[in-house]
Amino acid sequence: MSLKDKLVSSHIVFQESLDPDSPIYDVRNEAIKHFEEAGFPTKKDEAWKYTSLNKIIKPDYSIFPNGEAGLDYKDVKRYFLHSLDTYKIVFIDGVFSSHLSETTHAGIDVCTMRSALTKSKYKAVIDVYFNKIAPKESLISLNTAFAKEGAYINIPKNKVADKPIEIIHFSTGNEAATMLQPRNLVVAGENAEVQIIERHQSLTENPVLTNSVTEIFADKRANVDYYKIQNDTPEASLIDNTYVDQYDDTIVSVHTFSLGGKLTRNNLNFYQKGEHIDSILKGVTIIGEKQHVDHNTLVHHAQPNCESHQDYKGIYDDNSTGVFNGKVYVDKIAQKTNAYQSNNNILVDDKATINSKPQLEIFADDVRCSHGCTIGQLDESALFYLRSRGIPKKEARALLMYAFANTVLESVKIPQLKERITKQIANKLGVNVGFAL
Amino acid sequence: MLKVNNLRAGIEEKEILKGINLEIKAGEVHAIMGPNGSGKSTLSSVIAGKEEYEVLDGDILLNGESILEMDPEERAHEGVFLSFQYPVEIPGVTVTNFIKTAINESRKARGLEDMPASDMLKMIREKSELLEIDRKFLSRSLNEGFSGGEKKRNEIFQMAMLEPKLSILDETDSGLDIDALRIVANGVNKLRSEDNAVLVITHYQRLLEYIVPDVVHVLVDGKIVKTGGKELALELEEKGYDWIKAELA
Repeated sequence: MSLKDKLVSSHIVFQESLDPDSPIYDVRNEAIKHFEEAGFPTKKDEAWKYTSLNKIIKPDYSIFPNGEAGLDYKDVKRYFLHSLDTYKIVFIDGVFSSHLSETTHAGIDVCTMRSALTKSKYKAVIDVYFNKIAPKESLISLNTAFAKEGAYINIPKNKVADKPIEIIHFSTGNEAATMLQPRNLVVAGENAEVQIIERHQSLTENPVLTNSVTEIFADKRANVDYYKIQNDTPEASLIDNTYVDQYDDTIVSVHTFSLGGKLTRNNLNFYQKGEHIDSILKGVTIIGEKQHVDHNTLVHHAQPNCESHQDYKGIYDDNSTGVFNGKVYVDKIAQKTNAYQSNNNILVDDKATINSKPQLEIFADDVRCSHGCTIGQLDESALFYLRSRGIPKKEARALLMYAFANTVLESVKIPQLKERITKQIANKLGVNVGFAL
Repeated sequence: MLKVNNLRAGIEEKEILKGINLEIKAGEVHAIMGPNGSGKSTLSSVIAGKEEYEVLDGDILLNGESILEMDPEERAHEGVFLSFQYPVEIPGVTVTNFIKTAINESRKARGLEDMPASDMLKMIREKSELLEIDRKFLSRSLNEGFSGGEKKRNEIFQMAMLEPKLSILDETDSGLDIDALRIVANGVNKLRSEDNAVLVITHYQRLLEYIVPDVVHVLVDGKIVKTGGKELALELEEKGYDWIKAELA
């Protein structure tokens, strides 16, 4: 049976287990119908031209994985930002782990989507925000159809989350192949501030396919600082669908660090619905072997006087492939827009590939929009400079790659996280450059 | 210290150095002067081991041993230092971290442990004072946004830290105002000893007023056409390179 057929037939069983009074009962039904019509995207879809899901959807995934595996904190500590006090929302094979988590309801809500979808006190928020920005696309519909668990973060008006929030999804390899579909909702009220770190981590070599949807709402003057750590095992694939609605005077930034995994697709979409908004999208991709990372971004400037900044750096080794497809839409009324986009890539190996495609559609006449894309090798004269100082070739190359990625790293606002990622990048580059980077 | 025998080298089939002979003894300062395009920078790059140049014939010996087969980093470990005409910017790597890495990599190559942090700090303090370098400067990203003068001072600071046997200063005076020139030259002079040698490559005589050479060579069209004492530099300044070219013709 194909994965699509399996999902559609499993949904009938899933539906029977749900409360018909749930605020999203009908939403789920609509969604599975849409997925059944649309199916998985193929390379014929313009947005999936360079990324094929064919191989990824082959394994016989368990759609409702056995969620009874336990994990000891000491065994998975290294996946947490353990040097920092954080709230934690942790899932093991899709099931919430209260043991590994630290949630709160003190002034802010940091808890599970399951609670938000089933308890009446959250109904008002779910009615207003759930599935409101994510568009009607097949993978979104698929996630919506099965939505029951994930992170629910609600920072009300004038509240500031007192520490960063970590969202971690572990898969234990309990099943021969596991499919996970987390659904996250982040609501930041007026003047609210929150920092979030999200990662998906497989603990074995068994195939995992995660189709995640995150919706983020930033009300006036809110500030959301979001980090995605993608450093998974060679058999784990991730389709991350993130949608951001921004209102007046908000700053939302999303940093994506793609350092491992079989196939990673980031659909990152920003909708500017007010004035004086800043949207920041940054990413570092460092992959090798046959890994594949696809950044598909959209910034929709729909109001005047807003900015967007995109900076994506990629380093591709071996047979790895990268895709950057960055869309910027500037509506006719969105005058005085400043939109910047840059995508720089280094191909370390001749066999590595990058497909970079900036797409700017500008209907306003008084705007500043720039985009730049480079694909190249390491700068030979810089390499010679370092080597002439006695730094061996391998270390010199690593130092230059680090320097190349640094423009993205330096805007990470959580120092412990910055140090962590820096170390991961140094590891990834295969060197100890002899000093604290 | 350095012996260059009948060196012929070029890039992409184009011969630039057409038979260079040069001998620099320990304790000496030599200057190579010449018009643009004569091969001055090629000579410095070839000695330091830049891979895009191809050596067609001849040899380069450092203390009697050929360095032609060595990688640039191995030459550095043997004591060759090149002060670049255009130092490269490395964002995200501070001057201090860069120099620590360079020193410890050289020590590693010689089978030594990393330099103790306190010794390193002491040395950094001493050498930065020598070059009149501000402490804040040391925590900036290497060469990023540095003025021309800052870049060159930073080059000589690295030279001071690495304590090379043979230092090649490639157009170190370009882009320097008179104060920076004096600081840089003063730094180089203080680093001179009986055990090391300096090769100054320059278009103009100006720098040689401050770093006084023992021997001056004139390079024209890939060959050393004249060798003399420090007064040769003055003569060149006065008469220009056309005088030499005319003499050759």
